[in-house]
Amino acid sequence: MPGKLKAKIVAGRHLPVMDRASDLTDAFVEVKFGNTTFKTDVCHKSLNPQWNSEWFKFEVDDEDLQDEPLQVTVLDHDTYSANDAIGKVYIDIDPLLCSEAASVISGWFPIYDTIHGIRGEINVLVKVELFNDLNRFRQSSCGVKFFCTTSIPRCYRAVMVHGFVEELVVNEDPEYQWIDRIRTPRASNEARQRLISLMSGELQRKIGLKVLEMGGNAVVGYLQCFDLEGESGLVVRAIGTACTLDKLSSGSAPNTNTHMSPLAHGCRSTHNSPVHSACSSQRLSQNFSVSVPTLIFTGMGSGGSVGKEAGPLKTLLRQQTQTALEQRVQRLNEFPFFTLTSFPPGFLVHVGGVVSARSVKLLDRIHNPDEPETRDAWWEEIRQEIKSHAKALGCHAVVGYSESTSICEEVCILSASGTAAILNPRYMREGSNCLFEEPSPPSCGFCHIPYDELNMPFPAQLTYCYLCRRQKVPDVLFTTIDLPPEAAVTGKGCLIQARLCRLKKKAQGEVNATAISNLLPFMEYELHTQLMNKLKLRSMNSLFGLHIQISVGENMLLGLASATGVYLTALPAPGGIQIAGKTPGELSNEHHILTIQKRINDTIAKNKELYQINPPELTEEVVGSPIPEPRQRSRLFRSHSESSDEVSELDLSHGKKDAFVLEIDDTDAVEDIHSLLTDAPTPTGFYSCNTEIMPGINNWTSGVQMFTSVRVFRLSNANLTNQGLNKIFTDLCENLLKSFYFKLRSMIPCCLCQLNFTVAVPEEELIQVTVTAVAMTFDKDQTQEKTADKPPTKGLSGGSETEEQLQFPLELCADSSSANCQPTSKISGSLKQLPPDLLPSASVDYGSFADRCSTWLELLRLKAHTMRRGSVKTSRRTHARIHSHTPPCISVTVVKMTPLSFLPGTRIIKYLGIINMFFIRETTSLREEGGVSGFLHTFIAEVFSMVRAHVAALGGNAVVSYSMKECMLMENPNKNQAQCLINVSGDAVICVRETDQEPTPSTTNIGHTSASATDEAT
Amino acid sequence: MTMELDVFVGNTTIMDEEVYQLWLDGYTVNDAVKVRMDGGVMEECEASADVLLSDTMDQYRTFQMCERLLHSPSKLGNQLLFQIPPHRQAMLIERYYTFDDAFVREVLGKKLSKGTKKDLDDIGAKTGVTLKSCRRQFDNFKRVFKVVEELKGPLVENIRHHFLLSDKLARDYAAIVFFANNRFETGKRKLQYLTFQDFAFCAGQLISNWTVGAVGEPADHQRSFRFYMDVDLDKEFLQELKELKVLITDKDLLDQHKSLVCTALRGKTKAFNEMETNFKNLSRGLVNIAAKLTNTKDVRDFFIDLVEKFIEPCRSDRWTAADIRLYLTHYNNSAHILDTFKHQVVWDRYMGVVKSCIFKMYHD
Repeated sequence: MPGKLKAKIVAGRHLPVMDRASDLTDAFVEVKFGNTTFKTDVCHKSLNPQWNSEWFKFEVDDEDLQDEPLQVTVLDHDTYSANDAIGKVYIDIDPLLCSEAASVISGWFPIYDTIHGIRGEINVLVKVELFNDLNRFRQSSCGVKFFCTTSIPRCYRAVMVHGFVEELVVNEDPEYQWIDRIRTPRASNEARQRLISLMSGELQRKIGLKVLEMGGNAVVGYLQCFDLEGESGLVVRAIGTACTLDKLSSGSAPNTNTHMSPLAHGCRSTHNSPVHSACSSQRLSQNFSVSVPTLIFTGMGSGGSVGKEAGPLKTLLRQQTQTALEQRVQRLNEFPFFTLTSFPPGFLVHVGGVVSARSVKLLDRIHNPDEPETRDAWWEEIRQEIKSHAKALGCHAVVGYSESTSICEEVCILSASGTAAILNPRYMREGSNCLFEEPSPPSCGFCHIPYDELNMPFPAQLTYCYLCRRQKVPDVLFTTIDLPPEAAVTGKGCLIQARLCRLKKKAQGEVNATAISNLLPFMEYELHTQLMNKLKLRSMNSLFGLHIQISVGENMLLGLASATGVYLTALPAPGGIQIAGKTPGELSNEHHILTIQKRINDTIAKNKELYQINPPELTEEVVGSPIPEPRQRSRLFRSHSESSDEVSELDLSHGKKDAFVLEIDDTDAVEDIHSLLTDAPTPTGFYSCNTEIMPGINNWTSGVQMFTSVRVFRLSNANLTNQGLNKIFTDLCENLLKSFYFKLRSMIPCCLCQLNFTVAVPEEELIQVTVTAVAMTFDKDQTQEKTADKPPTKGLSGGSETEEQLQFPLELCADSSSANCQPTSKISGSLKQLPPDLLPSASVDYGSFADRCSTWLELLRLKAHTMRRGSVKTSRRTHARIHSHTPPCISVTVVKMTPLSFLPGTRIIKYLGIINMFFIRETTSLREEGGVSGFLHTFIAEVFSMVRAHVAALGGNAVVSYSMKECMLMENPNKNQAQCLINVSGDAVICVRETDQEPTPSTTNIGHTSASATDEAT
Repeated sequence: MTMELDVFVGNTTIMDEEVYQLWLDGYTVNDAVKVRMDGGVMEECEASADVLLSDTMDQYRTFQMCERLLHSPSKLGNQLLFQIPPHRQAMLIERYYTFDDAFVREVLGKKLSKGTKKDLDDIGAKTGVTLKSCRRQFDNFKRVFKVVEELKGPLVENIRHHFLLSDKLARDYAAIVFFANNRFETGKRKLQYLTFQDFAFCAGQLISNWTVGAVGEPADHQRSFRFYMDVDLDKEFLQELKELKVLITDKDLLDQHKSLVCTALRGKTKAFNEMETNFKNLSRGLVNIAAKLTNTKDVRDFFIDLVEKFIEPCRSDRWTAADIRLYLTHYNNSAHILDTFKHQVVWDRYMGVVKSCIFKMYHD
């Protein structure tokens, strides 16, 4: 019995009126963990009950601790009839199981009901006492840290990166069980929420076990997804990168250097333009491998057989009783994949190109949930594919790796993509934590081709690197990772999207699957063509953070590729775009072409200016420069029906550089070119990207606004063409962006980062686009990079005075050279009872200590029960200054959220654990709730508030690497009903203001800047 | 082809003050979009009408969701649903409770009942305030009234504490509550020239001088808590006011008072003759008002009486505001010199308020 879980129910507030007669509520609480339930007393006739219960103690296995959530149910006592449920709170206690994360969960949680939404709040305290368990055959993996962040978390150092971990668990979906016909929607929703919570817990535990087996202590880049396969079940799967992390001692902290670079070290890489991808369909012997830009189809063995081979192999592996080391090597050999998108310095050597694989499967019922072999085999097969693609690119590893699915009825598209790369092998061996000499300069090394020049996997134009001139680089580089911070970049980057719709006939079963898998390679090809064109149009030569999503609906397929375009200084300048007519005879046509050509040239010129792309003029005369005359000419095919034999051999190069040639041979092509040109430029003052950092911007200020936006478009026109659909889809995306620019205009100058678009076809004729991103303000005038490490040794003046201002208790986390971050000294501020109007998370500037230990003031928590009075018990001098606004009333901690791994202007001092929450909301009074928009608006706001509440209860003040992985909306306006599922995740952290940096604006509110900015705008 | 759903939710709730005002003013979404377009916000960010519509809808939805919280502003501070910076919260509350002077003037002193609510469309038509906005303002009055009606302690403080309003706005609400509670007549034609701010000032005077709360908490704790409040006039004081009648019933006292006042005024104003002539009339008027205040009906007519019995006669004699000031000051002070007049404290408490009310209500 290795653990004791203790929970205490303190109070409730803002409860709903449950008794119409008295306008009051007789509330009590049930606390459930596993199969044990405790109850509080009934607090009669109050909407703000004070239970102040005893400590409810649960004695449980740590396995259960990992799997189960603590379930808190608030009920209304009814003497005569059944008690009415008010709502529930599920508390994931995983963060308490790791000594380095949170030590107590305490705070106000929204009471959530799947039908009514949030109904008041409840104050709960949770603690865990873990006993040591030396059983080596244990099933639990307490202590393994999980991070959603796809880089080495700040305040940690990677001692070793072990490699890929994956797991999946399956179950029947409660929504489809027979019992669902007789139970209430509420009961069904709760069963589902609970099940998924359990499954995620189990999944995390199992992954943790694998990590321990590999000798690691953490999972970075943890990506968990749900596949709601309907009748055939529910799959929860996760991938991640196992690492051994060391907590950084504060003295050496490289994470303190600057507030702008999300990762002060580390390169992320990228590579070449061409994308390797494959599509396969089970039970169909068509397997494609596509290499763009020239389309090569490689027939391969039937998908089915690959799966069968891979399955047993893996099982075998698992059963092997090898030493941990051997196993690790084996595992690494098995799938050298990394979910990281940015890396410690020296980790990434070269980058080969994007590798991706898709496979179309027909879902069938999962017969034995304990042996999810089929699903395992499917993924195994895809991963094998990826691995072989990477090999083809001369790479032994895949970085920036991710997996996704798209399900429509019984058809499922599994996708995986990543970036083939060569990594420094030393990093993966134990103990090699020292840096080694870079063979090539860090600013361009990753661009150098990893493959054999004479045996290229795809036709690419190679030149000598424009920076070091020693090694070859490709003409274009596509990657799924972030831009390495040390990469040499010219100008700024920008978001580039390719959008595509393809109609398909409605069909069933294998016919349907075949139709889809036949369409896939063309879509992939078209998307890449679009990306390439748009890249050229912006005069850039590389893409980072490339993410291609293909979503399947009953009668169409949607493809959306997003990436951040960058001009890498090491790569050659892109050529222009040439328009060529097929029938050069006609005069009018000729004229038309000239006009278009002019427009394209103008756009390119304008973009160059916009993104400040002024590469240094090529000094080809450089002595001994081995740059050969680039003879690069690629062709762009207008539509997939043309194949490579229709090659235009016109020599249309303009200037020195060869240009892309666009052939205009039919109206389709004309429209494509038009659409190419209709992408509206971002308004002045705005930049956008889908990566962590915006290339070319690094002086962030503290304004941060994370947002989620959802749009659903109904296609009412029954007979749409592909072209028409494309236009609609493109407009939908473009209008969304325009809308963001308008809404966030008060934050100018600002950059939308990590713009994450997700498309879905929830029903026939509906297109849903979900976007999550963060807008961050930056300082326009300060162009020079503020890299100087300002050591935290510069104290603030006026210490004594400021000390007096310390009005509330601070928890001091003195993280001296010891690697642990437990608060070693606690300071309670003097003093007066907290004025109710004090801002909870007032920011604190702190001074330094003579002993050069930096000290961090943990977030101040304004909770009555954490308040301690007394004097400062420490021999060191502390200077604290508190900025606070004068709000009328406030007792809620401000929690910032961002999809990035950092918050500008702050330093993360502690990771409190992973946030992974799943909610269902349903309504039977859609109209009354403001229609489907009102319903979803409320739900998203509720989800945000629940995330914030959980983070605050862990003692945190921010969520980093936040993402909304699922937002599935089903509506039936005729029945006045709607249901929505949302899954969000992120890392709860404590961050403090970066020292010595503009102490004036307070960190306290994200909103402050944006809000006041709004004021100005109005 | 239609947009089935369109939402934008920020972690920090995004609110545009201009749109908030349009929402408060009862504009429909489409009207608000038109106003915004005319305001030139489109050029600012190269936006299109669609973008503006979508933004306006989002904000309207947000405001509607917030409205429930605004009904009890203290909840806004510790609710978890919206992350709104404190200064924005204060703005939201303040603006939500702000009212149109034209509107409040119409309902001032009326019973805040369903009956009055039914007349809101007429009031709206008359004042040019949209019905939606009228309803919000009316409901605000009612809500504030309901909450503070039964509370002990100073009215303004109670309002400020429960509704987190600025001092100015809390005072205005105190006036509204006070007028509604005592049902002062303000709608008569003769009172039409008075603005809400005139009445609010008078209400402030009455609250701080004529209520039980005004003299501090009584030592006698036996009395019902209702007496500690300053929503109601001090009944004992009203009783005592009857004693002032001696000033007009006692012939000697009246003459003595008159001569004292006239002596003091002589040569100081052009209106001296009128003052002398009218002294008895005016004095009777003011004292009679005081003596009758024990009747609820007469309390209601307090302002109309002041106008009829004092302000109108003075105005027809073309007194200036300075004349009024001069006259009333001496009228008040001279009573202290009357040796047979024993009710100095009550007199001062009465005249202090009446004086400042008349100063405020006397428009040149």
